[in-house]
Amino acid sequence: MNMLAFTTPWLLWGLIALPILWLLLRAIPPAPIRRRFPAVVLLLGLNDEDRQADKTPWWLLLLRALAVAAAIIGFAGPILNPENRAPGSGPLLIVLDGGWADASDWPRRMDKANTLLAEAGRAGRTTAAIRLTDLPQPVEFQNADAWAGRLAAMEPQPFAPQGYADWAKILPTESFDSYWLSDGLDHPGRDALLKTLQSKGRLTAFLAPRPVFALRPAAFEDGKITLTAARLPGDTADLDVIARGPDPSGIDRELARAPLHFDANAPEAKTSLDLPPELRNRVNRFELLGQRSAGAVSLTDDSLKRRKIAVIGGTPDREGLPLLQPSYYLRQALTPVADLVEGGLSDVIPANPDVIILADVAKLTPVETDGLLEWVNKGGLLLRFAGPRLAASELSRAEEDPLMPVRLREGGRSVGGAMSWGEPKTLAPFPENSPFHGLAIPDDVTVSQQVLAQPDPDLTTRTIAALTDGTPLVTRKEIGAGQVVLVHVTANAEWSSLPLSGLFVQMLERLAVSTKPAAPDAKDLAGLTWVPQKIMDGYGLERDAGEIAGVAGETLSKAMVTGPGPGLPAGLYASAERKVALNVISAKTAITAATWPADTVIEGIETVKAQALKGILLTAAMLMLALDVLAALWVSGRIGGLARAAVLLLALMMPHDAHAQVPDDVKALEATRGVVLAYVQTGDAAMDQVSEAGLRGLSDQLWLRTAVEPEAPMGIDLEKDELAFYPFLYWPITPNQAIPSTAAYAKLNRFLRTGGMILFDTRDGDIAGYSGDTTPEGQMLQLIASGLDIPSLEPMPKDHVLTRSFYLLQDFPGRFAGGAVWVEASDPEAEKAEGMPFRNLNDGVTPVIIGSADWASAWATDTDGVPMFPVGRGYAGEDQREISYRFGINVIMHVLTGNYKSDQVHVPALLERLGE
Amino acid sequence: MSISTDLRARAETLGQSLPALLAEAEHLAATLMLGEHGRRRAGQGDEFWQYRPAHQGDAARSIDWRRSAKSDAHFVREREWQAAQSVTLWVDAARSMAFSGDRDRAPKLDRARLLALALSVLLLRGGERVGLSGTTPKPGRAQIMALVEGLSSDNPDDYGTPDVAGMVSHGRAVFLSDFLGNLDPLETGLTLASDRGVRGVLLQVLDPAEEDFPYQGRTVFESMQGSLRHETQSAGDLRARYLDRLAERKARLATLARAMGWHYHCHHTGQSAQTALLWAYSALEGGR
Repeated sequence: MNMLAFTTPWLLWGLIALPILWLLLRAIPPAPIRRRFPAVVLLLGLNDEDRQADKTPWWLLLLRALAVAAAIIGFAGPILNPENRAPGSGPLLIVLDGGWADASDWPRRMDKANTLLAEAGRAGRTTAAIRLTDLPQPVEFQNADAWAGRLAAMEPQPFAPQGYADWAKILPTESFDSYWLSDGLDHPGRDALLKTLQSKGRLTAFLAPRPVFALRPAAFEDGKITLTAARLPGDTADLDVIARGPDPSGIDRELARAPLHFDANAPEAKTSLDLPPELRNRVNRFELLGQRSAGAVSLTDDSLKRRKIAVIGGTPDREGLPLLQPSYYLRQALTPVADLVEGGLSDVIPANPDVIILADVAKLTPVETDGLLEWVNKGGLLLRFAGPRLAASELSRAEEDPLMPVRLREGGRSVGGAMSWGEPKTLAPFPENSPFHGLAIPDDVTVSQQVLAQPDPDLTTRTIAALTDGTPLVTRKEIGAGQVVLVHVTANAEWSSLPLSGLFVQMLERLAVSTKPAAPDAKDLAGLTWVPQKIMDGYGLERDAGEIAGVAGETLSKAMVTGPGPGLPAGLYASAERKVALNVISAKTAITAATWPADTVIEGIETVKAQALKGILLTAAMLMLALDVLAALWVSGRIGGLARAAVLLLALMMPHDAHAQVPDDVKALEATRGVVLAYVQTGDAAMDQVSEAGLRGLSDQLWLRTAVEPEAPMGIDLEKDELAFYPFLYWPITPNQAIPSTAAYAKLNRFLRTGGMILFDTRDGDIAGYSGDTTPEGQMLQLIASGLDIPSLEPMPKDHVLTRSFYLLQDFPGRFAGGAVWVEASDPEAEKAEGMPFRNLNDGVTPVIIGSADWASAWATDTDGVPMFPVGRGYAGEDQREISYRFGINVIMHVLTGNYKSDQVHVPALLERLGE
Repeated sequence: MSISTDLRARAETLGQSLPALLAEAEHLAATLMLGEHGRRRAGQGDEFWQYRPAHQGDAARSIDWRRSAKSDAHFVREREWQAAQSVTLWVDAARSMAFSGDRDRAPKLDRARLLALALSVLLLRGGERVGLSGTTPKPGRAQIMALVEGLSSDNPDDYGTPDVAGMVSHGRAVFLSDFLGNLDPLETGLTLASDRGVRGVLLQVLDPAEEDFPYQGRTVFESMQGSLRHETQSAGDLRARYLDRLAERKARLATLARAMGWHYHCHHTGQSAQTALLWAYSALEGGR
């Protein structure tokens, strides 16, 4: 909608004068130049060959006419895309959906909303802005300025707006105009809200042209992960789905990628990923690449994880009776939902399965016992089933076996059988603290035989399921990080009908032995408290849930259907061992386009700024006149010296960036002339200057005091520059610096792996640690470091080689003192050397040092060597500066000489100096 | 006065750069040495000519006792008769010579004066008599001042004509001008001069602009005093024809010079003054 309007249209009448100008100009030839020329004698009598040049050439006329026309039109004040919305009056309500679908173009929505607010403010209208994802609350119209601040604080929410109907009820009774910045989707209750808004006054809707994409939860089918994306029907589109998860070193990265193709007008597209189980189990989330919204992210939970389970049965009594084998039902129940590991016990333990099931196995060799114990300690789940052999054995009889949760009575008991009194027992409802709490108990599950536990003080706490008579059915004991669970009946139908029932499968699920392939339903979740572990924001970014209270399973199961909402954010919820993902988009969430009544004004959300063309036109006129001067000079032959001047002038005016033109090679040569300390350019010029000055100060001190004689420090653009030339990078963190690209991360990781060191400095040592929350710099550091291959860290231990690589130091102040300095964690098994105050730590130069002391400012000197920033107060401050220089020197020494000083050869000399 | 001292200083500088040339010329032919030209007979001079037996009437002090002691007769040491040349300089000081095609280039007149004075310095140093046209040529370094004074005067006319009235017979003459004015008076003057046995040099001094005609567009060309004017719409178109005419004029000058036994040379103010000086110097010697 390119429109043109003029502020003073009557000036355009001036264009009529153009033809007159044409005639006038045409009549006047360019004036001749007078030249003194003694050899004129020789010219006398020479006639011109043609006499055309006494009229102005037509192109010069055209140029002049155009210039004048441009000036006239320019002064008439043309405006492109004028705001021609009819000004309204009365209060104005700005309605934002604020759901996940808004997130991808939230800044544009905010721009638009701000523009509308500003417009209303200029028109003196009171305004209000509501976000429909919020819980409905009374709307009050206020000054536009008052809303501008509140608007800025609004962020998209990780769920769809749900309370349309409630909002419709709570809207003010007075009449008002409304602007609805819609996300383009239909949400329940929309009609009611639409009607209400229309009844109050004029409704204008703004629709974003950007398509909305949503990713449904991943499903596991036939050994493949099936991914479905939904959208509003439109043209063909190609997207990528990426699976993210931790790599073996625990760093979150892209694990797999699959293309996704939407046919024209197709609402959904499917793709599948075939991942090896190791990789599949690591996937945390799937996301649509390039779609910055919570709807385009699908967190994965247990349903995608396939546990490795080893089932070890006792030797069968007789051959050829598979239905009676202790492990038959287990295999039946587990095959569809888990990866079974076959083999003997000593074979499967090294395969490190998640679960080992021992079905009626009583005798274990000491080697097997030790192996199992170690494996359980590390987090394995040992599930044992009772059986005739267990009942007959002496296992855990007199004293508790380490691999049994309880002591057993001899022989077990039999009820309701042919040779016994009483009815077969049924199950008692599961107690509150039991993982089975909430599971419905079918009537037909009976137990006719069981092993009995010795009454012990611990028995009650270890019982997680019992029969109606109170005898334990399932007991559990935690060992280290793992647990041992004993089911007091057999895994086949010999002793009870439990393995035949659906409850058996559910119980296995609850024990996280098996996982359900599909999304959990209400029954699975009921009765448990689910605590959010990670939650998503509207943009689809995960963060730690912190101390958010858990929710009841019933609430969660409802949210699974209706989607997350206020107070129940999308994220990963956990109960004991099980995890359930609450995604914004469920498998059934409908993505339908919002329809608007015919009389609604619908506009694009693009804020087309009214653009005044006056300046452009006048500039054009000026340029044309300048050109005309040159052309006129050329025509009249006076261009000679002027042309040279013009070329010179142009060359001077030509913008040139000296830095941009320095070729890489030059920088490489500079960097390899000697040791060069480098800093990472943050994009903040003042910060970079401080970094440079800091490294200059440190370089000077190194020249003065050590054999290290660095060249002038250099700034590094991570995206462009090669890092291999620098041994050391100083990286100050600013809250708004750019996250490095993947290529830059690859370069950085290579740099770290090949012996480079990065000194991260959050420069917030003055405030860090006082406020409870992390500082913006700290958050930025986390964000940056997440892509780096950084080993586990620890605060610098007292005997770290950095404390003695050149100077003997106890603390490491920069401009701020007392902050913790983190380095690579030392080998936990390092032993304290005999008679020495140090441990034997001979390996590893720490690849990173992380601190907040703002070292660069302490080191910074101007070109005359005078410190640029005060440190501390008075002489104590100068002492602190000295120590900070010493720290810097130690760091560089550590980088350049490694752990040479850690070598025990030097210890006696060091001891002597330490006076010990 | 300051202008003339400046001119003198520059001329001296230019003259000083030529001793090597002098030495070379000396080496080639002692007789062709500028200045005291030997007459191949005994007479007044500094150079040894011959010993002859003493005659009656020879003064006793003219006897060369060293030679006489070698034999029984008395010998007199005779010197070669040497005489100096008279060189008359004419430098065209008309307005046309004040032209310079470029702000950074000195006018033609400056160059002409410089050449004339440098030549004078050389000639005077060689013992010749030098004078401006209309004055009597005189020897000696003191003459330089007189020459400087004489060269400082300007001619208000557009184009100058040589004055051959006071020329010493069988002397030498140097005409420095752009020769852009009417050539007829020059022809007359030259004829008159050659009748008197005067030989010499026509040194045409032109500005590169006059040689190239680098003008474009609508232009009115005027002579320096405005007495002549020519208007053109497209100066560039005239260039070829102008150059033809210039070549024609040069050819005429060369022909004229040859006919009279003179030498003609065209010098541009864009060139080094030394080449012109060297040429004039050797041309005055009668070579080439």
